Amino acid sequence: MMAGTKVRQETVRQGIWVSVCRVDQLRVDVGVAALVGGEQVALFRLDAEEITAIGNLDPYSRANVLSRGIVGSRGDTVFVASPMYKQPFDLRTGCCLDDPAVSVPTFDVRVLDGVVQVLAPPVSDGPDG
Amino acid sequence: MTHLRQRLVLIGHGMVGHRFVQAAIERGLTERWDVVVFGQEPRAAYDRVALTSFFEVGADELSLLPEGEYDDPRVRLVLDTAVTTIDRDAREVTTASGEVVRYDALVMATGSVPFVPPLPGRDLAGCFVYRTIEDLEDIRQAAKTATTGVVIGGGLLGLEAANAVHQLGLATHVVEMAPRLMPVQLDQAGGAALVRHIEALGVTVHTGAATEAIEGIDGKVTALTIADAEPIETDLVVFSVGIRPEDALARACGIEVAERGGILVDETCRTSDKAIYAIGECAAPDGKVYGLVAPGYAMAEVVVDRLLGGSGDFTGADMATKLKLMGVDVASFGDVFAATPGSLELVFADAVTGVYKKLVVSNDATRLLGGILVGDASAYGVLRPMVASGIPLPENPEELILPAGRGTAQVGMTDETVVCSCENVTKGTICSAIDGSEEKPGCADVACIKSCTKAGTVCGSCVPTVKNLLAERLASAGREVSNALCEHFAMSRQELFDLVAVKAIRSFTALIAAHGTGRGCDICKPAVASILASQTSAHILAEETVGLQDTNDAFLGNLQRNGTYSVVPRVPGGELTPDGLIAIGEVARDFDLYTKITGGQRIDLFGARVEQLPLIWRRLVDAGFESGHAYGKSLRTVKSCVGQTWCRYGVQDSTKLAIELELRYRGLRSPHKLKGGVSGCARECAEARGKDFGVIATEKGWNLYVGGNGGFRPAHAVELAIDLDTATLIRYLDRFLMFYIRTADRLQRTSAWLESIEGGLDYVRSVVVDDVLGVAADLEADMAGHIGAYQDEWSATLADEEKLARFVSFINAPDTPDPSISFVTERGQIRPSAAEGSAEPVLVASASIPVGAPR
Repeated sequence: MMAGTKVRQETVRQGIWVSVCRVDQLRVDVGVAALVGGEQVALFRLDAEEITAIGNLDPYSRANVLSRGIVGSRGDTVFVASPMYKQPFDLRTGCCLDDPAVSVPTFDVRVLDGVVQVLAPPVSDGPDG
Repeated sequence: MTHLRQRLVLIGHGMVGHRFVQAAIERGLTERWDVVVFGQEPRAAYDRVALTSFFEVGADELSLLPEGEYDDPRVRLVLDTAVTTIDRDAREVTTASGEVVRYDALVMATGSVPFVPPLPGRDLAGCFVYRTIEDLEDIRQAAKTATTGVVIGGGLLGLEAANAVHQLGLATHVVEMAPRLMPVQLDQAGGAALVRHIEALGVTVHTGAATEAIEGIDGKVTALTIADAEPIETDLVVFSVGIRPEDALARACGIEVAERGGILVDETCRTSDKAIYAIGECAAPDGKVYGLVAPGYAMAEVVVDRLLGGSGDFTGADMATKLKLMGVDVASFGDVFAATPGSLELVFADAVTGVYKKLVVSNDATRLLGGILVGDASAYGVLRPMVASGIPLPENPEELILPAGRGTAQVGMTDETVVCSCENVTKGTICSAIDGSEEKPGCADVACIKSCTKAGTVCGSCVPTVKNLLAERLASAGREVSNALCEHFAMSRQELFDLVAVKAIRSFTALIAAHGTGRGCDICKPAVASILASQTSAHILAEETVGLQDTNDAFLGNLQRNGTYSVVPRVPGGELTPDGLIAIGEVARDFDLYTKITGGQRIDLFGARVEQLPLIWRRLVDAGFESGHAYGKSLRTVKSCVGQTWCRYGVQDSTKLAIELELRYRGLRSPHKLKGGVSGCARECAEARGKDFGVIATEKGWNLYVGGNGGFRPAHAVELAIDLDTATLIRYLDRFLMFYIRTADRLQRTSAWLESIEGGLDYVRSVVVDDVLGVAADLEADMAGHIGAYQDEWSATLADEEKLARFVSFINAPDTPDPSISFVTERGQIRPSAAEGSAEPVLVASASIPVGAPR
């Protein structure tokens, strides 16, 4: 793991780490999409240290577009606003800030030797277990 | 309990008939009733009150039902069809085309017909009435070979007709038998003030003039003879002396009519036949006919209410009038002639400016009974409700009409006070809209109040009152009218714009670090990106700004519902060579894109995936095209007609100017999208007055209109300056657009900006034309800076590997198409297939309408 890089790993999850890009390909607050084991994932670099990943599928429009939203903050919460109908999703939890009943999956991310890796969930299971 | 569906027949599809159907649909009457509407005119209902503007805007603009049918299958609208008989026993109507329709309830909204006095010569060619669009078309046709026109009748309608004749370029005379103009609404002094205004426009007014005959040669009008005066030579005569209720059908089937005409109805608008109602100008509640639209609307609502089992009554109407006649404000309300015993008159008259104001007050000066305002009717919004509600007058009532007087105090209005008399909206209703409720947040601006309550949406005269109510209500509730952009910036867009300019700030990061909090959001980021783009020449996808852009700007395309984008190459002025057209067609064919012609005279190509955008644009750029900025809050198109070059009627080269303007302002970032139009003559085929800036050619040059738009809240552009040469026109436009960009709110179109800016259009004109702020040179320099720095965003992107790197489907699989995007074929082209995994309808949680649809 690259020194000084913090990754979100709240729960121990099963799966395979898939390399998606170099960390210097990610610009702060500019999302990118990646294909991880058949899942469409939106990656966001929040600052020099923190990188998060959520599902790219916008549950409202059912289009894979969340990586193309604008990143913003509400208090301490960092969110991406869907580019389709503007619903904000917490980049750390996947929860929709305007409707707690709606959320998108989150994925674990780590950086190894300057390469960003996303934990691809096991095929048989859903992304959140 | 089950009900059989019943059938309602409505005779007449004018403004009141249309309102009736609207109310029937909105209030659920059509749940149980089928409605059949017979309209005699070939057109669906249109705004007859604004008939004079027909020459400027055409029939389509006036239409109240532009779609031609109602969005309710239980309403059948049959136009161009007169009802010829009513069989009350069988409850059937028969139409001129022979159709027989049974009814359970019949509503007559047959309106009125112009009264033509029995003068000798009234049937000569060149004599007209003023009531329908067809009448105006006839008048326009006749005006082509005429030099002079006379309008008989100096009342409200007569002056409207005179305005129309005047607009057609004829020497215009108004002949009124009474000793003054608008004898029903104005007193002698008010009428005289109005005459001065109207004569200043070049219209000749003859009052106390009794027409004796219309003279003619070979069956054509040549002159009008007046008792005790010189005859007036004329080619055209318009009768506008009054209306008669159209009650012939009712008479023929034996329904009771009033002594002076009109179908007699009770307070529920029911006629002597229990199954038949009458509403609008054909009806005579209590024997009295109302020739205004507002009482007609009220009657329509009453009948719908009664059919639904309600208890609504029509108990007379406020006959107050406020209008702008040939640019002159005139208002009249209540007891204008001080007919109340003991009443007193307070008069203010300024012969220089032509302002005349009169208040009629009770003998103890505690109550306002009526009034007249000519030349300045700004106090109307405050005064009229005072009459209706009987609110006590302030200590010094003259303050209400003196020019220094504020005239805006909300002198103790009660909740029942009607603020908007057109839509019958009370102060209480408006205040509840401002306060909001659990389901709905309160309104914080006039636009919101308009859409929630309909107040101020018809004649607009109450808008100042609404504005004051809003400010007062918010202040008393301790709610501040916050102009903070969002939680990250405690200032308005205009303040941010000035800050960026003064401190020469060049990045969002620097701006938010010094003047904001947090990391920004989807509101402030694009707003700041737009401000930076207006002030610098940097590419919008530059390192510092790319993360600020809405997805449309970030990918230089318009995001569509399935995650693909649409592509619009610029076609300046809508002029496209056959080779260009073929090139676009080839690109669309090769990438299998859905193609559609836009309203902005160009071609939209849909269904492009992110990774296809650079490939598509490589082809388009090679074929000579550039970005059309359909994705940006920026200039979209300048629409044009073919103008003088081809058109028989064109008087200037509108296409050439449109191209020049579109190329001048292309890429200009603004608070909202900007559209322009140039028409080569007054027929206005380019619909320029529906645009943020519209230019209309005249024999002498160009007329410039600003503040128009279509969309959710359509607005008609208003005149900023007339008869300009091309250089002056461009100078004014440079200033206007830059002033707008500097001072408007985020996502505020020019129309809303003009409405909200202190001083309104007059102020903007004083800045743009008279340069009262001394900023004209700055504004022009800003625009010159923009024009000099313009670059095509797509060519620049294609030449920059770093920018292109973002146009990939997946960062780890750049050329793999998004597997969830799929299409089906419809009418020979692609369309998105239903959203992935959605057996249920697609969820759109937001109740708001997304802003900024393409073009």
